[in-house]
Amino acid sequence: MSGRGMDGMTERPGEQGRLAHNIVHFGRVLRAAGLPVGPGKVIDATRAVETAGIASREDFYWTLHSVFVNRRDQRELFDQAFHVFWRNPRILERMMSLLLPTARTDGDAEYDPPSRRLLDALFPGRGEGENDEEFGEIVGDAAGTYSRREILQSMDFESMSADEIAEAKAIISRMRLPIMRAPTRRFAPDPRGPRIDMRATLRSALRSGGDTIPLRRSARRRRHPPLVALCDISGSMSRYSRMLLHFLHAVTNDRDRVFTFVFGTRLTNITRYLRHRDVDVALEKVAENVEDWSGGTRIGHCVKTFNVHWSRRVLGQGALVLLISDGLDRDSGEGLEAGIERLHKSCRRLIWLNPLLRYEGFEPKSLGVRAILPHVDEFRTVHNLRSLRDVAQALGRGMPRAEEGHMGRFAGERAAR
Amino acid sequence: MAKPRPLPDSIDDTESLLRDGDYLADRSLATTLFLGLKMGRPLFLEGEAGVGKTEIANVLSATTGRRLVRLQCYEGLDVSSAVYEWNYAAQMIEIRMAEATGAGDRERLGNDVFSERFLIKRPLLRALEPDAAGAPVLLIDELDRADEPFEAYLLEVLADFQITIPEIGTISAPEPPVVIITSNRTREIHDALKRRCLYHWVDYPDTRRELDILRLKAPGAEERLSREVVGFVQELRRTDLFKLPGIAETIDWATALTELDKLSLDPETVNDTLGALLKYQDDIARIQGSEAARLLDTVNAELAAADAAG
Repeated sequence: MSGRGMDGMTERPGEQGRLAHNIVHFGRVLRAAGLPVGPGKVIDATRAVETAGIASREDFYWTLHSVFVNRRDQRELFDQAFHVFWRNPRILERMMSLLLPTARTDGDAEYDPPSRRLLDALFPGRGEGENDEEFGEIVGDAAGTYSRREILQSMDFESMSADEIAEAKAIISRMRLPIMRAPTRRFAPDPRGPRIDMRATLRSALRSGGDTIPLRRSARRRRHPPLVALCDISGSMSRYSRMLLHFLHAVTNDRDRVFTFVFGTRLTNITRYLRHRDVDVALEKVAENVEDWSGGTRIGHCVKTFNVHWSRRVLGQGALVLLISDGLDRDSGEGLEAGIERLHKSCRRLIWLNPLLRYEGFEPKSLGVRAILPHVDEFRTVHNLRSLRDVAQALGRGMPRAEEGHMGRFAGERAAR
Repeated sequence: MAKPRPLPDSIDDTESLLRDGDYLADRSLATTLFLGLKMGRPLFLEGEAGVGKTEIANVLSATTGRRLVRLQCYEGLDVSSAVYEWNYAAQMIEIRMAEATGAGDRERLGNDVFSERFLIKRPLLRALEPDAAGAPVLLIDELDRADEPFEAYLLEVLADFQITIPEIGTISAPEPPVVIITSNRTREIHDALKRRCLYHWVDYPDTRRELDILRLKAPGAEERLSREVVGFVQELRRTDLFKLPGIAETIDWATALTELDKLSLDPETVNDTLGALLKYQDDIARIQGSEAARLLDTVNAELAAADAAG
């Protein structure tokens, strides 16, 4: 530790041990709040603090920040945890089991209400109805706002009939997506490959004594491109989205590079929840974390959000995009066409799955449908298990990269059906 | 450039080191960089394009007088272009020569052909070589463009700073290089790699710092113009554009306006030169015209208020 004095935390002999102790506890709070903090990180943090010294509060903050935070979205949580843990003794005192005698203060400063995740981490046993005026009120208020803004409905997967669950699950969990394989820039040994692998050739030449040089060949490795699913969970889609989430879960667990988003009035990334092996746990987590089940749809708004915040992160290597929606838009297609056009131009293939297509007389009359249709490469129905299987097969067919406008093909496909 | 400086021994020192290289870092970045240097950890810098991530490595190399080894990542980057490659043509000739002279001792020939003489060194291997000026600065640029297999390989290299070449053996660095990894976040880098690094999100600067940067990087621009440019860009970053302008764009724009002999901004000039700032047609179409005029009014009002107060 540097010899300089610290403001906010005075330096006395024996202090270092207690500081290390506090860092350990701080690490535990962060872990409980959902940051991936292991013992290694805590050791690093202690080392970092020893290296940098605690000349000022700001340096101390950034020192811990550089070790504990490794994603942009963790910054806010860290910020709150830091200020609560290292500043306000009143909260520390309430940390029952985590309570330490070394809480320090440099004044009773103002602070923003801590996030729910952090509160849960700091007060693990905290009940909902506990007499905790300050925080109780804030949490209650936040929940109230949500429910006013949209139909807050906790999705109940229990309501699926037992037969339906058993049947659909069994079939869906066996579904595999043979996504087309696209050539990559990597090479693998292949006796009939087009390229000569000089390195392997020379090695085998030496092995055989150098009299002859047997050529070793290689060919491009092929790999499926990333798959991105955007699934509509609005009221008009609720009968299908439940089934489709099972499908998406099966797909997500079958392969890497699958990203799943759901949208109603807002866009939510549910990829992480679907990674859970057990489909029930996964869907339960999805239901907990998505707040706009069975409400209205704002497709244009959600597609735009996706374009701005996610497209550059997940559409990187020529992704396939599945847009699952009935195209019925509350905003009557506002901003939708531009959004879909941009989406189409940033991916390899845009496939629209629309359950309404099963009706014979389906005509693209709604504004939403008309806005989407000119910009999709393929247009399919998903209303039962068989159509789902057809989708899986369609994804397996190799096809050139997207080109603008394929209305002719829809017409042909629809006629054939 | 002044004579090379040793590695900094405090956060303040780090700040002044970067400042000597004309890089204005905020305290958080200086702290992370200092820790990275001190603890021998790679620095993982993430942020939007054009906020000065790559520049840090350049400045660090220039001010400390260390060699800069740069590895630009791309999809399909493999060992033969990132680490080492054998010079096959020369090896072939060697084999033919051995045959011609009849010195066909297989074992010796093998050792000869796979000796350092025939080795072509690529950036990662070069970064492990000792250097009189101190361990080099290794810049691994835009790691998000490389694919996962390369990331996994990198993990191995960054763990021990050694590389194994089957034909020769293990080569390890006498002194680990200073590693700086940048990413534009076009995909998430695996947590295993991030765990070994110190992470920093490089953000857009605030008005004051951006103005300081502009004074340093575009010294030809009039003071009035610089303030308007920074104010305008800061306003732009508050709108929801597809791609917000970075610091690089601010500097470009100020330089462009200086070349046009502008002393201050007017709506027409903004419309004509918007291409230096925004790189998507949708964004330009949105800002051009009335929106640009509105932003400009806001900026001028703010500047006038600041002048009155100051």
